[in-house]
Amino acid sequence: MALLRVEDLQIYFPIRGGILNRKIDDVRAVDGVSFEIEQGETYGLVGESGSGKTTTGKAVMGLNNITGGDIYFEDNHLNPGKGKKVDVRKDVQMIFQDPYSSLNPRKRVIDIIAEPIRNYEKLTKKQELRRVQELLEQVGLTPESIYKYPHEFSGGQRQRIGVARAIALKPKLIIADEPVSALDVSVQAQVLNFMQQIQKDLNLTFLFISHDLGVIRHMCDKIGIMYQGRFVEEGLRDEIFTDPQHIYTKRLVAAIPDIDPRRRQEHQQYREQVKEEYQNSFNDYFNEDGLAHSLKSITDTHRVALPERG
Amino acid sequence: MWKFIVRRLIITMPQIVLLSLFVFIMASFMPGDALTGQIGPDVDQDRLQELREQMGLNNPWYIQYRDWILGVFQGDFGTSFRYNMPASEIIQQRMINTIWLSLVSLIFIYALGIPMGLISGRYNDKLIDQVITSYTYLGFATPIFIFGLIALWVGGFQLGWFPTGGSVAPGLEPGSLEYILSKIHHLLLPGLAIALIGLVGTVQYLRSEIIDTKQKDFIITARAKGAPEQRVYNRHIFRNSVLPIAAFFGYEITSLISGTVFIEQIFSYPGMGNLFLESINIRDYTVVTALVLLFGLAAIIGALLSDIILSIVDPRIRIK
Amino acid sequence: MSDTLLLEIKNLKTSFRIGEEYYAAVDNISLDVRHNEVLALVGESGSGKSATAFSIMNLHNRAKIEGQILFNGRDIANLPPSKMNKLRGNEISMIFQDPLTALNPLMECGRQIEEVLILHKSNMSSKQRKAYGIDLLNQVGIPRPERIYDQFPHELSGGMRQRIIIAIAIANKPELLIADEPTTALDVTIQAQILDLIRELKNDLNSGVVLITHDLGVVAEMADRVAVMYAGQIVEIADVETLFIQPLHPYTRSLLSSVPNAEGTDDKLHVIQGIVPSLKHLPREGCRFKDRIPWMDDSVHEEHPELHEVSPGHFVRCTCYQHFHFPEQNEEEQAHGIT
Repeated sequence: MALLRVEDLQIYFPIRGGILNRKIDDVRAVDGVSFEIEQGETYGLVGESGSGKTTTGKAVMGLNNITGGDIYFEDNHLNPGKGKKVDVRKDVQMIFQDPYSSLNPRKRVIDIIAEPIRNYEKLTKKQELRRVQELLEQVGLTPESIYKYPHEFSGGQRQRIGVARAIALKPKLIIADEPVSALDVSVQAQVLNFMQQIQKDLNLTFLFISHDLGVIRHMCDKIGIMYQGRFVEEGLRDEIFTDPQHIYTKRLVAAIPDIDPRRRQEHQQYREQVKEEYQNSFNDYFNEDGLAHSLKSITDTHRVALPERG
Repeated sequence: MWKFIVRRLIITMPQIVLLSLFVFIMASFMPGDALTGQIGPDVDQDRLQELREQMGLNNPWYIQYRDWILGVFQGDFGTSFRYNMPASEIIQQRMINTIWLSLVSLIFIYALGIPMGLISGRYNDKLIDQVITSYTYLGFATPIFIFGLIALWVGGFQLGWFPTGGSVAPGLEPGSLEYILSKIHHLLLPGLAIALIGLVGTVQYLRSEIIDTKQKDFIITARAKGAPEQRVYNRHIFRNSVLPIAAFFGYEITSLISGTVFIEQIFSYPGMGNLFLESINIRDYTVVTALVLLFGLAAIIGALLSDIILSIVDPRIRIK
Repeated sequence: MSDTLLLEIKNLKTSFRIGEEYYAAVDNISLDVRHNEVLALVGESGSGKSATAFSIMNLHNRAKIEGQILFNGRDIANLPPSKMNKLRGNEISMIFQDPLTALNPLMECGRQIEEVLILHKSNMSSKQRKAYGIDLLNQVGIPRPERIYDQFPHELSGGMRQRIIIAIAIANKPELLIADEPTTALDVTIQAQILDLIRELKNDLNSGVVLITHDLGVVAEMADRVAVMYAGQIVEIADVETLFIQPLHPYTRSLLSSVPNAEGTDDKLHVIQGIVPSLKHLPREGCRFKDRIPWMDDSVHEEHPELHEVSPGHFVRCTCYQHFHFPEQNEEEQAHGIT
C-alpha cells in the first residue's frame, strides 16, 4: 500500500476576461498527474518554473482546489467534498522555500514550534515546553533558544526551526518545497544532511520539490519530471539520470553544470547535441499543443511520455 | 484598459443606486415633507390630503423613490422649505463657487506638495527633510477649522492682504476683468488654507514612495548605465513614485469636501459646504438631502477617477 | 594586447558604517582580469564578492573605498560621479541577479536599451538608436525583437528579461563585464543558454568578465581563473582546473565537498561547522576561517595569514592548508557539542 497515491490529478485555474470578468479559459497548471509514494521513500518532483510541481505539492497539502482526479493518503480519499472528510493535516506537513519569510518574525521560537501542537493537542504549559525543547534538540538547536526570535538565527538554523515545526505532530509525510533553494551551499549541505537524518530517525516520507537536479539526485529515490503540468518521465534515480528516455529529461540533465572543468568542452558539445536533438525531435515527443503524451511503462519502475506509435 | 474602465463603470452603478437609496431613506425620516412651508396653517386636513395625493406623497415608497430619482435626473431636487424656491437653483451658484475653491486648493496642493515630497524623499534624513516632515506632522495634528481661523486672522485681519469673506467684492460687473480678479483674490486665502493642511498626506506619501523607489534594483541598473543622478531622479525615481500620487487624485476630491465644509464657513464663502451647514441650522431638509447626494456622488466619482487614472498610467494594469 | 591587464585591483578595502564605526566588507583584496578572460569570484553570502563588484562600479550608496582599482592603468576608485558615469554602461557594465526587479517596470524594454545609447552615443539619431536596439535584441537571441522592443518587462519571461539586461550591458561594447549572479534566478535550461550567451559575447567583444556566483557548477563551466572569498578576503586564487582538481585552502575544499555532486551518491555532504560571521563580527585577527575548523590545532595557522604562491598563479592564504584534513567522526561530534 502506497502512503500517498495521486491519480489523474487535474488543477485548472480560470482565466477571466471580458467585460463581465467571466471565465473564458483555463490554465491547466496540473493536467493528469499520477504517482505513488511508498512509506519511507523520498520522491522528487522536478520541473522548471510553471511546470506545476509546486501546485501539485500544495494540492496534496490541501491548499489548492482540485479540478479533477483523486488523492489518497493511506487509502483515505483526500479530495475536499468527496466522501467523509479525513483530517490528515496532522500527518502531512510542509517545509517552505524561504526560511526568512516563512517564520513570523514577531513570534518566539517556542510559539512558532508549538503552534501546530496547540492546534491539535491539549498540553499543559510544562508539557508543551518539554516537547518543544525535545524537538529543538532533535533538529540540532540548543534548547535555550526557545525564547529567541527568528532573526537571531542563521538561514540554516531557521530552516531547522521550520523543520521542527513540521515534525512537531509526528507527521508521516513531509512536503518540502524547494527547501534549500534560498540557502548557501554549505548551509544547503547542512539542511540536506539533516533532512536525511530525521527521515531515518522518524521513518518519514518526503515529497521533495525542486528545480535543482543536483539536489534531487542527492536526495531522491524516485523522481518525476514535470513539464507544463504533465509528467514527461518517471523512474528511479539512476533510470532518470543515467538512462533518460524523454528528450526533455535529457535536456534537463544535460543542462546541469558539470563540476569538473576538464570536461567542459565535452560537456558543452554534448549539451549542444542534445539541444539540437530537442529542436529536431520536439514534434515526436510532444503533441500538437506542445504537451507531453501519456506515460508508457518501459520497465516496472520507469515510465516515459512517448507517443502511441510504439 | 477599456475593458477595465467599462467594468469599473459598471461597478459604479450599484454604488450610486445604494447612495441614492440611502439618501432617500434618510430624507423620509426627516420631519416635514414637500408641503411643509408651502401652505398656511389654516388649510384644512381634507385639502392637505388632496394635495398630498396630487404630489404622490401617499404612494408606496418605491414609487416615491422612482419619482424622486426621475426628478433628480432632470435636476429637480425638490423645493427648499425655507426659500420656497427650487433647491437646485439655490445649490447651483454655490456649487460653482465650491468647484472653483476646490480647483484652486488642488492646484495649491500639488504645486506645493509635490516639490515638498520630492525634496523630502530625495534628501531624506537631511535637515531639509526633517523640516518638511515636522511640518507634515504639525499639519496632521492641526484641525482644519483651527488652521482656517488662524489663516483668516493672519492673512485677512492682521496683514490685510486678503478679503475676509464672500466670494467677490460687491458692486462689480459680472464678467469684467475686475470681477474675475476679485473672484480669484477671494479664492486665494481659503484655497491656501485648505491646501496647506491638505497637502500633508501627499507630501508624506510621495516621500515614502521616493525613499522606497530609491532602493529598487532598477535604480541600480540606471546608475550602472552611467545615468547622472539628476536623470536617475527624473526618469526613474520620480515617475515611478508619482504614479500612486496620480492615482490618489480622485480620493483627494473626497477629502476636499470635508475641507470646504469648514473653510467655507470660516471665510463665509458662499459655497456648498457653507450652504450645507446653513441648511442644517435652519432645517432646510430638501437642500440638505440634495447636498448629501451631491457630496456622495463626488466621492464615488473621485474613487472612479482614481482607478481610471491608475489604469491609464500603470502599464501593468493597462496591458491586462 | 590580450596580455595587458584590463583590471587591476590593489589592496581594495570597502567599508560600511554601522553605528559610529566602519567595518570592512572587502578587506584588502588584490585581483586582476585580462581581456577575454573570465575571473570568477566565489563565496557564500557575506563573503564580500558582491561588495567587490559594486566597488568596481562605484555603486555603493555610502561606503568608504580605499586602495586602487586600475582600469586600463587608470585608477577609478573614488572617481567623481561625472567621470564615473562616462565609464559605467560604456566601458564597464554590469549584469544583475534578478531580472524581474532590475528593469524599470514602467518603461518599455526598447526605451531602457536606448537610454544607455542616449547616455554614451549622443551622436546617434533616434532612428539609428532604435535600429541598433533591435539589432542588440537579435544579438542576445530574442525572437521577434520588433515586438519585444515595445513591450514592458512584466510581459516577458525571466530568461527574456535577463537577455534584455544583457543587451543593455553590451550595448556599448564594454571592455569589462561584471556579472553578479547572472543565472541564480533562472531555470537550469535557461541558465545554460544565458551562460552560453555571455561566453559568446565575451569572445566577440574580447572583454574581460568578472563572474560573481556561489554556484560552483557555473564556475566550473565558465571561469578561466577563480578567486575564492571568505569573510572579505581572498583565501585562494588559481586557474579553474587547479582549483577544482587540487584545491588547497580548507574553505575551498569544504565548499567543494558540500555540493551534492553529479555522481549522486548517498554519502553525507560535508557540512562546514558554525556560521558565516556577520560583517560586524568578522574575525579581524589571524586566520578568519579558524573558527570553522575547530578540530585543527591552533598552531597550524599563521599569526598574520598571507597569500602564499604555491605554484605559479596559485595563491593560498594562511598555512593551515598544509595540515588540513576533514574531521574524524569523533572530532565532528565534539565540535557539534561545543556549538
